[in-house]
Amino acid sequence: MGQLAAFIILSIVTLASAVVVVGSKNIVRSALSLIPTLLGIAGLYILLHAEYVAGIQVLIYIGAITVLILFVIMLTEQGTGARFRQVNEQVLAGVLAAAVLAVLLMAVFFGTTWAPGPGALPQYTAPAIGSTFLSSAILIFIVTSFVLLVALMGAIVIARRER
Amino acid sequence: MVNWPLEIVKAGLLAVVIFTFMAIVGAMFGVLLERKVGGWIQARLGPKHVGPQGLLQTVADTVKLLQKEHITPRAADVAIFNTAPLIVAVAGLMSWIVIPFGTLGDRVLIVRDLNIGIVFFAAMGSVTVIGILAGGWASNNKYSLLGGLRSASQMISYELPLAMALIAVAMEAGTLSTVGIVNAQEGWLGSFAFRQFPAFVIFLISATAEVNRVPFDLPEAESELVAGYFSEYTGMRFALFQLGEYGEMFAMAAMTTTLFLGGWRGPLLPPLVWFLLKMYAVVFFLMWVRWTYPRFRLDQLLNLSWKVLLPAGLVWILITGYRITF
Amino acid sequence: MQLGLTHFLILSALLFSLGLFAVLTRRNVVAILMGIELMLNAANINLVAFNKYVAPAALDGQVFALVVITLAACEAGVGLALVMSAYRHLETVHADEINIMKW
Repeated sequence: MGQLAAFIILSIVTLASAVVVVGSKNIVRSALSLIPTLLGIAGLYILLHAEYVAGIQVLIYIGAITVLILFVIMLTEQGTGARFRQVNEQVLAGVLAAAVLAVLLMAVFFGTTWAPGPGALPQYTAPAIGSTFLSSAILIFIVTSFVLLVALMGAIVIARRER
Repeated sequence: MVNWPLEIVKAGLLAVVIFTFMAIVGAMFGVLLERKVGGWIQARLGPKHVGPQGLLQTVADTVKLLQKEHITPRAADVAIFNTAPLIVAVAGLMSWIVIPFGTLGDRVLIVRDLNIGIVFFAAMGSVTVIGILAGGWASNNKYSLLGGLRSASQMISYELPLAMALIAVAMEAGTLSTVGIVNAQEGWLGSFAFRQFPAFVIFLISATAEVNRVPFDLPEAESELVAGYFSEYTGMRFALFQLGEYGEMFAMAAMTTTLFLGGWRGPLLPPLVWFLLKMYAVVFFLMWVRWTYPRFRLDQLLNLSWKVLLPAGLVWILITGYRITF
Repeated sequence: MQLGLTHFLILSALLFSLGLFAVLTRRNVVAILMGIELMLNAANINLVAFNKYVAPAALDGQVFALVVITLAACEAGVGLALVMSAYRHLETVHADEINIMKW
């Protein structure tokens, strides 16, 4: 019961602020309401016993990505961006595509029965995630590190002012 | 099964207790201490008139702030303008959840011994940036916006070395829980200030930068930007910003104590007293630095983070890993 | 009613559609990036939820969620660097005005 209540509250927070992210004319508001969305999702991770993922979610998404987004908005868009038209001509098509996708996905999710697998999550997931990263997922780990390094250098090269 | 109503009541009570603690011990006493230490270092007296030896000065200041009018600038974004101080204050408050104050019998005095303790702490520290950036932008004032932008770039840059120091400590202790880290530090020489000395230095420098204090106080540099991101805030909202800032600073000092100085451990005196002694020693150190050093330039500040602290942190993680494995 | 896998899947489907809508209709490149972040988050919810309910013995779902978060950080870094660069050269951040490659 308690879990279901928590889920409902968290999903209302998540979806309501996601709607503001998608629909607001004021681009700064839409970036700022990304924060409740991401916090709600972090809460859902905690509900799913993934507290380490939740912590990283807050640290990376809210502390880094959202700040970066806000930073770029403040550097590029003069003011709130309310002076500009924020949506293109495809609103109707966009609504249709998104609605069709949502209906299709939900049909699939309702129509399938997922067999619960054996075993249980470890009580304390952080060390288990660490061992997975360094044993069976080592290749993913190395490749991700390389991508991160390349992205770091690429971002510096792209954003640099040419003389 | 968790008893939800009881948990919620407990969480509410603890929030009130921590908030009072932060407001009184942290912000009010902190401001007084700041002025007294500043006066002492600059060979003047500091506040002297309100109460015995000026002890009630901050109480008077708080009452003054409570009575002031809330002024919202005409072109400001009202909703964001009013929310921003709350984000800063709440994030400062939340960092206290994972800090162990001491022991009482067999129990550790901590709100929650989360098993991702230091990740949680770093995450809450990074949420503060949002409040500062939002407040700076919503004020619709170029000085505020500049302060907010400077603050964001500074705090993002210094989060990385801070995280490196946290990772090194977590590697040596073998746990992310703050109580576990305190328990891993046995005796004077076992404290991580010795075993993890480079991480200690990196953490102290980045913590000073994270809480926007001199020599890293560019976001609110009075002589350049009026007061940075909170130029336009008055009354209680201004007080909330100050509260969040001092709460964050005391939380950083408490975290330094927990991670590197052995937390509540110490001979003879009760654990809580040891914890407070160590925490105030770190706070005093931060104030000492503030009243002694001049401010950095923005390029120097970013160079220090990206070219010195971050590589040093990475190398130290490598050395720690080598030491643990072999 | 017990909290089950389907709840999380429905939520993530709705979130994904909202993200898709933002990507399809927004003009501002940064807003499009925000839509992509929403979609990545929806996928992450699915990964973690499947991990809990369908394959709890392995932690691969959470591991993948962490990889996705890392890649989202890379994507945001490079993407926003591109936005800054485009703004500097073309003085616009609207996707339909960045068209000098179009003949």
